[in-house]
Amino acid sequence: MTSLPSQSGPVKLGLVIDLDICVGCHACAVNCKEWNTSGHSAPLTDTDPYGADPTGVWFNRIHTFEVVSDDGDSRTVHFPKSCLHCEDAPCVTVCPTGASYKREDDGIVLVNAEACIGCKLCSWACPYGAREYDEDAGVMKKCTLCVDKIYNENLPERSRVPACVSTCPAGARHFGDLGDPESEVSLLVAAREGYELMPEQGCAPVNRYLPPRSKANPAEVERAAPLVATAETADGSAGLLARWVDRMLTR
Amino acid sequence: MHPAKSVILFTTASGAGYGLLAWMGLLGAFGLLPAEFWLGLLGFGIAFGLVILGLLSSTFHLGHPERAWRALSQWRSSWLSREGVAAVFTFLPAGLFALAWIFLGSNQGLAGLIGLIAALSCIATVACTAMIYASLKTIRAWRNNWTLPIYLLMAALSGGLLLQVFLSIWRLPLAETFPWVVLLLFVLTLAAKVLYWRELGREEGGSTAESATGLGHLGKVRLLEAPHSESNYLMQEMGFRIARKHAEKLRRFVVLIGFGLPFLATLVGLALPGSLAAAAAVIGAAFFALGVAVERWLFFAEAKHVVSLYYGESRA
Repeated sequence: MTSLPSQSGPVKLGLVIDLDICVGCHACAVNCKEWNTSGHSAPLTDTDPYGADPTGVWFNRIHTFEVVSDDGDSRTVHFPKSCLHCEDAPCVTVCPTGASYKREDDGIVLVNAEACIGCKLCSWACPYGAREYDEDAGVMKKCTLCVDKIYNENLPERSRVPACVSTCPAGARHFGDLGDPESEVSLLVAAREGYELMPEQGCAPVNRYLPPRSKANPAEVERAAPLVATAETADGSAGLLARWVDRMLTR
Repeated sequence: MHPAKSVILFTTASGAGYGLLAWMGLLGAFGLLPAEFWLGLLGFGIAFGLVILGLLSSTFHLGHPERAWRALSQWRSSWLSREGVAAVFTFLPAGLFALAWIFLGSNQGLAGLIGLIAALSCIATVACTAMIYASLKTIRAWRNNWTLPIYLLMAALSGGLLLQVFLSIWRLPLAETFPWVVLLLFVLTLAAKVLYWRELGREEGGSTAESATGLGHLGKVRLLEAPHSESNYLMQEMGFRIARKHAEKLRRFVVLIGFGLPFLATLVGLALPGSLAAAAAVIGAAFFALGVAVERWLFFAEAKHVVSLYYGESRA
């Protein structure tokens, strides 16, 4: 049934992604591909992988943005993005067949590949680009939150997290129940003022992003700056050593 | 949005077919069209032909066309499913009406009632098609108050121009007055389309690269490096966008060739005698078909999806 569950359960599994820590190494995307190409939605087909125009199915992608502040200060932010397992998931309600559904128990949004007709409407409805079309299989695929890993009792308990989370070398990805205000991820979101993407789209995504921390104390930056200027101008504000060096070099 | 040929053919052909069916149901029920054998056979033949061509075409772009029947199940939440249900349902009253018209020589009384139900079902089906697009929050060019009326008007106009061909070939009395209805529809549709384009040009969508990343508090956000060196499904499906100068040329084509020429042909047809009037009606319908195809192509090509904010666009 593609209507959303009438009562969403208390558990809302999701990811918390720390944009302050992410180094943009793409390891999460690679391990996502590695796990999922033999998992619930296997395979993650690649077409023409070694040819001139390679393309393929990915559930997780890392974009890199440049953010320039009003006073010209710029920073680079690596930005991993996968399905946000929205509470009000438009990809679910537009599905004409019932193939797309949101689980009542944990809120994971999945596709039943047996019922999907490959009409792609879910990919049009998703603002986040979380839906992938597998040209080869003729069905839509998406992040499963590694549903075949997080409940897998054959794995040691610490491994029962999505592949992207277990592989992140920087610890920028966290997994947990965002429906429980006392869970580690919820406390993290509260402490770091985690936010949702494109709230104006009204999808109520579960995943949260933690903003990059502000740079070093601006006052300290201010104090450090004149040292650079000194070497060039050697005005009276420079230190004794700097003035001496400047005099020696300009001689 | 990528303008898929199958979807353009689906919306334009089924729109024209449902338009013609609705006019035949409506005018037949009110005794304005004779329940004549050949008129019924050719009229319903072409109308059903266009509808079936459109519906078949819509399944061409599916990954699994053989599962298309599953799309009838989710009418509670999905406009695409509702469209499928409405399309299948329409065959029942429209088919009965066509049989009564062609083989019983009757399109009034009980048959007329069935004809009215068929006409309403046709309108409902086209409305559902429009709502598939108008319900998507991700695409501002579609989610506005113009999409639904324009789809309905375009279908009424496509069907009306086809009906005028029959009216003038059969030299029915209605051939003298119906062109005025068509001319009025031309004015209304073009006005709606021009107002739609103006609104599209005037305001941009409410989502930005800043809201898409949530980094707006730090400054202006710009894509520095895309996730891949090559293209991907999202960029191919949602990233397609026509250059502004090309769009303007095509809009002029729609207005002049798609609306202007058929409008003139309809107007001139009013003054022409029998067979020449029929020729004018055929020319009008043919140029409008061309115009509709370009209009529908632009409907997709000019639509910007918010996911493009993750691929270099700054506002959508």
